[in-house]
Amino acid sequence: MSDAQQPTDDGGPGDDDFEPIQVFPEAEEMDLRPGADNCYKCSTCDTNCPVAEVDDEFPGPKFQGPEQWRLKRQDDHDIDDSVMKCSNCMRCDSACPSEVPLSQMHNTARAEYVEENMSKLSREYWRNRMLANYRRLAPLGSMFPRTTNFMMGLSATQWLGEKLLGITGQREFPEFATETFREWWTARGGAQVENADKRIAYFHGCYANYNTPEVAKALVRVYEHFGYEIMVPNQHCSGTPMFANGMLEDARRSAETNVRELAWALEDGADIIASCSSCSMSLRQEYPELFDFEGTEEVAANTWDAVEYLRVHEDLEGELEGTSVGDKFDDFAYHAPCHARNQGLDGQTVEVLDAIDGITAHDVGDSCSGISGTYGWKKENYETSMKIGSEMFEHMEDADATSGLTECPTCSMQMEHGTGYEITHTLEVLEAALVGPAEADGQ
Amino acid sequence: MAIEDDVLVIGGGLAGVTAALAAADQSAQVRLVSYKQSTLRHASGLIDVLGYTPTGDGPLVDPFEALVDLPEGHPYERVGLEAVREALSFFDEIAGDAYDGGHTDANALVPTHGGTVKPTARYPVSTAAGLASDGRDTLLVGFETLPDFEAPLAASHLEAAGAPFAARGITVRFPGIVRDDAKVTRYAHLLDQDEAVTTAAGETTARDALADIVRSQLEDEARVGFPAILGDDHANAVRADLAERLGVDVFEVPMGPPSLPGLRLEDLLYDALEDASVRVTTGVPVVEYETGTSGQIDHVVVDRNGTEIPHRADQYVLATGGLVGKGVRSERKRVFEPVFDCHVPHPADRYDWFVDDVFGDQPYARFGLPVDRDLRPLDPGDEPEFSNLRAAGAVLGGYDFAAEKSGSGVSLATGYVAGQRAGMEARQ
Repeated sequence: MSDAQQPTDDGGPGDDDFEPIQVFPEAEEMDLRPGADNCYKCSTCDTNCPVAEVDDEFPGPKFQGPEQWRLKRQDDHDIDDSVMKCSNCMRCDSACPSEVPLSQMHNTARAEYVEENMSKLSREYWRNRMLANYRRLAPLGSMFPRTTNFMMGLSATQWLGEKLLGITGQREFPEFATETFREWWTARGGAQVENADKRIAYFHGCYANYNTPEVAKALVRVYEHFGYEIMVPNQHCSGTPMFANGMLEDARRSAETNVRELAWALEDGADIIASCSSCSMSLRQEYPELFDFEGTEEVAANTWDAVEYLRVHEDLEGELEGTSVGDKFDDFAYHAPCHARNQGLDGQTVEVLDAIDGITAHDVGDSCSGISGTYGWKKENYETSMKIGSEMFEHMEDADATSGLTECPTCSMQMEHGTGYEITHTLEVLEAALVGPAEADGQ
Repeated sequence: MAIEDDVLVIGGGLAGVTAALAAADQSAQVRLVSYKQSTLRHASGLIDVLGYTPTGDGPLVDPFEALVDLPEGHPYERVGLEAVREALSFFDEIAGDAYDGGHTDANALVPTHGGTVKPTARYPVSTAAGLASDGRDTLLVGFETLPDFEAPLAASHLEAAGAPFAARGITVRFPGIVRDDAKVTRYAHLLDQDEAVTTAAGETTARDALADIVRSQLEDEARVGFPAILGDDHANAVRADLAERLGVDVFEVPMGPPSLPGLRLEDLLYDALEDASVRVTTGVPVVEYETGTSGQIDHVVVDRNGTEIPHRADQYVLATGGLVGKGVRSERKRVFEPVFDCHVPHPADRYDWFVDDVFGDQPYARFGLPVDRDLRPLDPGDEPEFSNLRAAGAVLGGYDFAAEKSGSGVSLATGYVAGQRAGMEARQ
């Protein structure tokens, strides 16, 4: 074929020195155009959206992402307020067959909406800011845990929360632990194992520190069982609730601290381990998508889920073979959190627990729990959140178990809220199998 | 340590799932890794084998008669007629009573949302009452808020195509749907849960309200077809309820993407994986591989949001899809297979990749991996790329599934053969 017959848009067949013409100016901020252009509108994301399935008002991820991004190229378009109805479950990310970075688009759109269109004097803004910045409030509650728990449990407090702040009165606030994980860690004198060859930096996140230190302690005992030296660097909130509420500047400040501290730990030869699936998601995916501090990529590439790390670096299943948990635990109804699912960790817990004698984790399916962090705490979302969760509740009740298992703190709240089951973290089961209750209690 | 299994299947669509199930059937420990969600949600949910010959003859009455004459290199020619039959039986066992059509070799003609008919070997039970070979008069019902199905147009298209019955189309308002672009899952959820809705007649339920609206417009048609949004988890109950209230048979017309019948097929297949103890890892891509001492694949590397996790197996099956599923990709100067960089034959000049007639015989439609009769991808010298890698489904070359209507059948047959052989070899 010759160029005379067919005009070509390059230098002609066989010409290797193709130089594309620069059509658009160099992007100064993150460039979402290639992502938007990849969308061919198959709507697969929409069929995965747990909110769109139960809420007529929500236009779905395809609109919130690529369509809204295109609309925004016109100066006279504001971000649609429906972006605040997105629960940030991020299921659309792994749904997309065309690699559109949907949650990245949602996060930036939500941040822009909050910045430009939400009144900084509104109740919604302050409520969201408060929910997003749990990490700042928790130390206060944690100072006088018993008083706080008592206060928060009062129906008057719940009533006030709903009326004044728009926080649903249907849920019970999670209790603060009487001793935080970090207090416990300091009291025990920090790491009990020193090992320059096997070192991890534990990103415990807020919840395991203030509310469920037993999960963090389980991690410590399991990792020390395998001979790891554990570092517990200074850390701030992972940013997950801030992304979900469009508080991108708050998230940036937290992320900057975390990246700096964790990058130092990397220099000390540690890998980064998280026990909360949303924390690891945040460090691994959202940081590199949204920020570019020095070390962001390195931190992301060296962050692991706590169980996944042991599977790859130790013979975890071999070690668990033949162990049991005695009377401590029975069979579980297991829910894989959306943020674990998005990291390819959906089958992990069921596979690993398979090696322990006498207990089984029954997967309750791929539905979303519906709470999505702070989302289900908002009065206006409570009903939607419970509608989304109803499929999981049904499947939990159908499963041959009377207690629940998951890796996400807020999924855990929702599971308990919907079924009344006691909910355990996978690491607690591994602790019981590998370390045993007696030894654990003795520490 | 790597995460270890006997057989690792890469790709979670019809071919990948079939391969995983067939390997598990050989008592192998199988893992299926899938990056993005499969294109099953794009698919009609119909299981075709061959609707037209590669030269365009058809629609074929008996696909099996035509299978023996396919050109060398066609995936069906590679695996042979018997394997196609075995694969279909394998599917029939998995699908149970969710699918019809196994009683005959002949193709069924299923009306589509455009009012055309598609020749297919198996079809979801939800479409069974709508077959075009059935002479009963038909009412098609579309919804104002669902422009993908224009019922009056589809009805007249069916009549013009020579369907042996009278077809009439009406457009009604779907009770309980307010917004113009509600998702198909929203329609399905309303009917699944039979949610309360408010109509002019007051408060009622979604199924009752829909039946009332249609009943008032039903004349003497013996069956009513709806776009395929009649429920998700409880589709059979929704259809039965509507049929009872209307006093006639009710069926679904398969739709374009996103497709509930495709979604239900996906659910059915993934439930089968769970029952067969296949380990499933989703949402993460395979990005690299390492070879062992004898040139076989030793392990592959899965990227979990930046962290690289090694996965080792004895045998591997590549079922990553074609150009749409991104198992075959292209750049300006080359067409390639992104995971193992297997050989994809294609003309050097990209202007030879296509012809100007959009619906013409497009060369790119046949791009994919050439394989031996064991389904091992072949290098440019016709030698297997790796001794322990097989390929299945749309990643294969040498056929145009869209023109032939052979996509599902090829995925089933090649997935079945690749999975079975991988399972057998891994066990040895």
